[in-house]
Amino acid sequence: MDWILSPWPWYVSGPLIAFVMFLLLLAGKSFGMSSNLRTLCSLCGAGKKAQFFDFDWKAQRWNLIVAFGAAIGGYIGVHYLSTDTVVDLHPSTIAELQAYGFESAGKAYAPSELYDLSALSDPKALAILVVSGFLIGFGTRYAGGCTSGHTISGLSNLQVPSLIATLGFFIGGLLMIFIIFPLLF
Amino acid sequence: MRILSYLGIGILFGIVMFKSEAASWFRIYEMFTFQSVHMYGIIGTALAVGIIGVQLIKAKKVKTIRGSEMCFNPKDKSITRYLVGGIIFGLGWALAGACPGPMYVLVGAGYVPILVVIAAALFGTYIYGVVREKLPH
Repeated sequence: MDWILSPWPWYVSGPLIAFVMFLLLLAGKSFGMSSNLRTLCSLCGAGKKAQFFDFDWKAQRWNLIVAFGAAIGGYIGVHYLSTDTVVDLHPSTIAELQAYGFESAGKAYAPSELYDLSALSDPKALAILVVSGFLIGFGTRYAGGCTSGHTISGLSNLQVPSLIATLGFFIGGLLMIFIIFPLLF
Repeated sequence: MRILSYLGIGILFGIVMFKSEAASWFRIYEMFTFQSVHMYGIIGTALAVGIIGVQLIKAKKVKTIRGSEMCFNPKDKSITRYLVGGIIFGLGWALAGACPGPMYVLVGAGYVPILVVIAAALFGTYIYGVVREKLPH
């Protein structure tokens, strides 16, 4: 049981992600975790404001169910399939993050500075959560997909647009970490 | 029945995301600073299996369980939307330390503030839909 309860190595996790994609293809759907945001907007009536949301969201209910399942998976993962959820980071990564003020580096799964309940009363943390979420929502729809839709599904199908998008993901990520992080923290 | 199968696929995906630590902010940071092979290993092996599988599916003309054609969405030919949209998402991905899949996984894992990220992502999606016609694609 130890191997299930410890963190799963990348060479097990990666193929399992591909397996999830194949299951969705077999079901006649596609693997893309950001389209549910559009479905949710549509469900909330955004179709009245913008044509982009004016579609039959009921046909897209399946992607909300997958997202709901993902949340259940997270619950099962933390409560039934883990003994210790601390992410084992390299000491130099820990030192770097602690210098940025992330004291929880090397002691947690997610930084308590952003993802503990107390973060909600910290204006800076709250601003980071709001801004990052906005960028995710706006960027994924503009790019027509996220890591699952482009980097995994699109590249598996050897689609050039997905390669450009993935390149964009990394340019954005590197800009954030190397240029903006030193200004923020 | 269909609902249950989508739910099952979602649960499997959520467990894999959580247990692989791909839903950890720290793993995303470490990936963008090239301090570990972990995330590259996950994406690389998913992609290797994915590419081989999709090519096999196409060569063997595998159908869905209901016998219809599989759904591969060809994307529009463009650079601007993928590059600019990609960069915008990349900025958010590195800052939140989560992409859209792991966002939901973190809700289930009990990290309440991720709900703020999801709400803001919904708002971002909404704003995109509103200003879409004015953006270069």
